[in-house]
Amino acid sequence: MNTPFELGRRKVLLNKHTVQTLGFWGIRLVSLVTVLPILGIVVYIIAKGASAINWGFLTQMPYDGMRAGGILPAIVGTFYLMVGTSLFSIPLGIAAGIYLAEYAPETIWTRMIHIAIISLAGVPSVVYGLFGLGLFVLFFQFGISILSASLTLSIMTLPVIISTTEESLRSIPYSFRVVGLSLGGTQWQGIRKIILPQALPGILTGIILGLERAVGETAPILFTGATFFLPRLPHSPMDATMALPYHIFVISTQVPGMPIEIQYGTVMVLMVFVLGMNLVASLIRSRVRAKRQW
Amino acid sequence: MRNSSEKWITRSIQIAGSSSILFLLLIFLFLLREGLSTLGEVPISKLLAVRWYPIEGLFGILPLISGSLIVTIFSILIALPLGVGTAIYIGEIAPRSVKEILKPMVEVLAGIPSVVLGFIGILVLSPFLRRALDLPTGLTALSGAVLLALISIPTIVSIAEDALYAVPNTYRDASYALGASHWQTIWGVVIPAARSGILTAVMLGIGRSLGETMAVMMVTGNAPTIFSGLSSFIAPVRTMTATIASEMGEVATGSTHYHVLFFIGIILFIFSLVINISSSSAIRKRGEKKGQVVS
Repeated sequence: MNTPFELGRRKVLLNKHTVQTLGFWGIRLVSLVTVLPILGIVVYIIAKGASAINWGFLTQMPYDGMRAGGILPAIVGTFYLMVGTSLFSIPLGIAAGIYLAEYAPETIWTRMIHIAIISLAGVPSVVYGLFGLGLFVLFFQFGISILSASLTLSIMTLPVIISTTEESLRSIPYSFRVVGLSLGGTQWQGIRKIILPQALPGILTGIILGLERAVGETAPILFTGATFFLPRLPHSPMDATMALPYHIFVISTQVPGMPIEIQYGTVMVLMVFVLGMNLVASLIRSRVRAKRQW
Repeated sequence: MRNSSEKWITRSIQIAGSSSILFLLLIFLFLLREGLSTLGEVPISKLLAVRWYPIEGLFGILPLISGSLIVTIFSILIALPLGVGTAIYIGEIAPRSVKEILKPMVEVLAGIPSVVLGFIGILVLSPFLRRALDLPTGLTALSGAVLLALISIPTIVSIAEDALYAVPNTYRDASYALGASHWQTIWGVVIPAARSGILTAVMLGIGRSLGETMAVMMVTGNAPTIFSGLSSFIAPVRTMTATIASEMGEVATGSTHYHVLFFIGIILFIFSLVINISSSSAIRKRGEKKGQVVS
């Protein structure tokens, strides 16, 4: 099987092994082109941002129109948003995942739930922002607040948590369920005492990945909870808040004369935070794979 | 006692199970509630016009749709070969050790917030493209497309790799037994067998690009222009998402401008719905994975 190959005016016959070698190198090159920017971005930001990071930068309020001082309110705001998102999305997401894996019958309704989850996962983040504005900020009159933003982010995070919960529950062998029932337990007792503990690492991975996305998102909080500048920390869930991703947008596009070190420093804080979560999730996953005995 | 609490828990789990349908409906409902009155306030002919200039009451959304399409198509042209190529490398060629490094790295890219990519876009990519192509500004559709490619690559890689993985090994063995090389097997057997999954990967990548907001808003220059040939790729554009994100903060609630922004949201929502539902049924037909939510 030789492939004719035009080279200049001469027709060259390429041996299939030559084609393979060329092809493999092409694919390797493509992969390299994909991976290099990733490495480049991470290394570049750490290299540029590290010098701005010090204790004061992380724990001080900004001053002088945010051109000096630290980024404490943005860090705290992002933390609050993460906690708020967890409070709502984790219990609901796990419950929905349990339903789909353990209770749901094979019906059209269940298929519709799956389609809804896939659709929710694909809704653009800015549309979540519009939805949060319409429902939480205006209709429920929560105002531009941590509460509105957290609820908006929760719904965005939900599909990730539901589907990873469902997937990790489904990976538990059927015999585990039979054992629970044969010992005289109810279905729920079996789930809570036997199935859930086994599936916990997988669920945890899903939660971390979902929250990681929520923490890094800007568009859903633009009109639901983020504020340009707040000279103090938020006092209650009804306060608007600064948040790291929105703060990066603000200082890189909206504030003229922003010192470049502060910009890189802020980006680095967010990136390290998000990638740290990513790392924890991968560690949990690989540990579980190594320990699994069935 | 045990029975009544069991019943209660089962009931709440069932309700939670259906919550995603409720939320999807709520999203649609509230978009319609705030956006549908556009049709009463702005005549269709004015809406489907080529000038977006809200201060003067010009709400032509064609340049925004055109902007979104330009950036998305261009980004997919970049992301398709890179993403599918990387998936082929990870799934079919790379030795185990390389695979163990590559996969987490692609996941890292999925984890980088889009605002961080936008930031890099402003400070590194745009100045570079401006100098390299000798443009008046680096904030162009091209810059946006490059960032969008980075954003959709993780989705494409992970779903395309799943699709390759789902091809049974017997196919490969049969091909080798016929004397085909590894490379011929990949091109002639594995990729054709996985094509519906790869198509899904690309569709979902398009979905990601179309819906992406921050990175695009930061680097595309935000000029609402209509497509006018190849030069549009290296000129500033404005996407639907960027328009909503940059203007919603400044409009009065209940104004026409406000309603039109929600109307654009409805268009985006329907686009994403069509892309996701059609690609998920494509997966289902092949009896492969149920759906891919985590990229």
